[in-house]
Amino acid sequence: MVSAGLRQKRRREAVRNVAFLSPWLIGVSVFFLYPLISTVYFSFMRYDGFTPPTWTGLKNWQYVFTDYPFFWPALRNTLWLVVVMVSLRVVFGLGIGLLITKVKTGAGFFRTAFYLPYLAPPVAATMAFAFLLNPGTGPVNNILGSLGLPQPGWFNDPQWSKPALTMLALWGIGDLMVIFMASLLDVPKEQYEAASLDGAGPWQRFRFVTLPNISPIVLFAVVTGVIQTMQYYTQPLVAGKVASGVIGGSGQQFEPGYPDKSTLTLPQLVYHLGFQRFDTGGACVIALVLFVLAMVFTAFLMRRGSGFLATND
Amino acid sequence: MPRFTRALLATSAVALLATACTGTSNAPQASDDATKDVTITFWHGWSAPGEVAAINANIKAFEAKHPNIHVKVVGNINDDKIKQALRAGGANAPDVVSSFTTDNVGTFCQSNVFADLKPFLDKSGVDLDKTFPKALQDYTQFEGKRCTLPLLNDAYGLYYNKDAFKAAGITTPPKTLSEFDADAKLLTKVKGDSYSQLGFMPNFHGYESTTTHFAAQWNPAYFTADGKSNLVADPAFAKMLTWQKNLVTELGGFAKLEKYRATFGDEWGAKNPFHTGQVAMAIDGEWRLGMAKDAGVKFDIGVAPFPVPDDQADSYGKGYLSGTIIGIASTSQKQNAAWELVKYMTTDTDAVVSFANAIHNVPSTLDALKSPKLDADLNFRTFLEIAQHPKSSTTPASPNGGAYQLTLQDFGFAYESGKVTDLAGGLAKTDQQIDKDLAQVK
Repeated sequence: MVSAGLRQKRRREAVRNVAFLSPWLIGVSVFFLYPLISTVYFSFMRYDGFTPPTWTGLKNWQYVFTDYPFFWPALRNTLWLVVVMVSLRVVFGLGIGLLITKVKTGAGFFRTAFYLPYLAPPVAATMAFAFLLNPGTGPVNNILGSLGLPQPGWFNDPQWSKPALTMLALWGIGDLMVIFMASLLDVPKEQYEAASLDGAGPWQRFRFVTLPNISPIVLFAVVTGVIQTMQYYTQPLVAGKVASGVIGGSGQQFEPGYPDKSTLTLPQLVYHLGFQRFDTGGACVIALVLFVLAMVFTAFLMRRGSGFLATND
Repeated sequence: MPRFTRALLATSAVALLATACTGTSNAPQASDDATKDVTITFWHGWSAPGEVAAINANIKAFEAKHPNIHVKVVGNINDDKIKQALRAGGANAPDVVSSFTTDNVGTFCQSNVFADLKPFLDKSGVDLDKTFPKALQDYTQFEGKRCTLPLLNDAYGLYYNKDAFKAAGITTPPKTLSEFDADAKLLTKVKGDSYSQLGFMPNFHGYESTTTHFAAQWNPAYFTADGKSNLVADPAFAKMLTWQKNLVTELGGFAKLEKYRATFGDEWGAKNPFHTGQVAMAIDGEWRLGMAKDAGVKFDIGVAPFPVPDDQADSYGKGYLSGTIIGIASTSQKQNAAWELVKYMTTDTDAVVSFANAIHNVPSTLDALKSPKLDADLNFRTFLEIAQHPKSSTTPASPNGGAYQLTLQDFGFAYESGKVTDLAGGLAKTDQQIDKDLAQVK
């Protein structure tokens, strides 16, 4: 039997705890739970943003999965970018970080040179790449041509558009390079010395000393990279627009994902449906697909990553 | 209270909150007094200095006529911004809105985001048939609901390089598509695996060389009477795509033309391929005259109506029409004052003519088209004639904007590149896709 005084004390404690938690609770409620519940709610509604929403059941879901011609190409592209672009960014970022930590002279220059592109605004950087990689007039193809090498269509060719976007992402590798450099410089030197004394070569030192020490950073880079790539919007949109040369006007429709839907990503579809076609319900379905995909990828990576971390401990 | 019940109640409360927080357009009655001192906000899309100066002069003239109505002008606004602003409403939302594209008229009218203009037109005694050409009346309403009016007009025709024509021994612009194809080949000069001059860029990414602009020469019906897509049933589309694909092949093939297209400069800049002489002929709107002049083009420019199919030679002179539209936000609390501005900009002959002359657009009223104050340039007069041709046509308004045009264009890309070879089957699939997209917004 709990006394009335004890009950009152517990209630006071509960109120106090909630009061201390309230900034977090309010933040999560307003910026996460409310939008999430709204998104689920609107995914079952016909809503154009102007007239009151009406219940449509699974119609939006059926439309997106079976009738919306851009959904599956966008999903395939997003998965391609998650697998290829994120992997290459992590490998390239780690590689550059390793190289720069080994450089004896001019390390500051190289650090700056590799970090600066990351600071370039995405639109400007993409436009610059579209200019450099223009298949007709771009300097890259001019050089390739003068060397007798094949000249790809880059952003104008569906086979090359995603590799071209990957090149753009690798050019702006500065963020990962800095993180990897910091973690590499943090690896205890004694461990390298001990490994060397045991006869370990460069690869073995990397595999059994460097990698275990920086594995949490690798996992962080992969998880944040996946989430960022799920939200990949500006660069493919600008690249497609610049390369197609079509900005869209009356009777002149801008083609999403030029060329041949190869640069379409899911966030572009959220905008396309929600803000251009007034189909908030369809846009919410795609937003939820993105949310679920990000959750699944993150959970998978965290699960695999925890094993990776554990085996390297 | 059981935990489940509490959770259910909380979820319901949040869902209700979500519903309550959604913007809805409750159109206010136009009860404001337009004779009192008032400031209205006008959004438009013009951004070039000359165009902005022209619209500002137009507004200044309006304010001189209506000293009690002050206009706050906001430029460089596109349709995406318009939609968001009208969804959000509020004190900073526009009262009067203009858009460069007619594609969203269906959405604007159907969703009541723009006010119904009929009561205003009736009040002011504006007779639409005596004021605007038929095609312009059509593209500013949707299913009988008039929520916008035309604010200037765009007509598409054939631009040609007179010097290139002379060098190739061509004396007159082509009138039929078979003449056009022959001229395009004659004007094409191959250089290595590319061109030093292309007669015409037929590829659907070739700026204004779009499916809808070409299709207008066949006067197609995009939809059946009950609103279903009509691409496979109307032979116009198959004929247009067959003609275009044939021209692509005759001029060197899709891949070669695409590679050449990649060398083109910006459509709206000085390096437009027609300005630079990379193409000798182009389909384009009347604005190109002013742009070519500003770009300092060295050769003589000729303008003619775009050629028509050989079996429709008697309809030569027609072309694709489009234009800027203007409407009143249904959320505006100053609709009567806003109407005064809309009425002035769309129906006052002097206002329409001076604005059309200033930005090199075709005027949108019947009186303005006949005005002696209109630009006397012969090339420009060609566009005036295209705009008034009884067979000139436009793309119809649709509840999901230009989605059907995008779907047709998408098929055009697949067909011109050879990715799809079954024309009838492809058009049937395109019909199905358009119908599915329409069903989604109904």
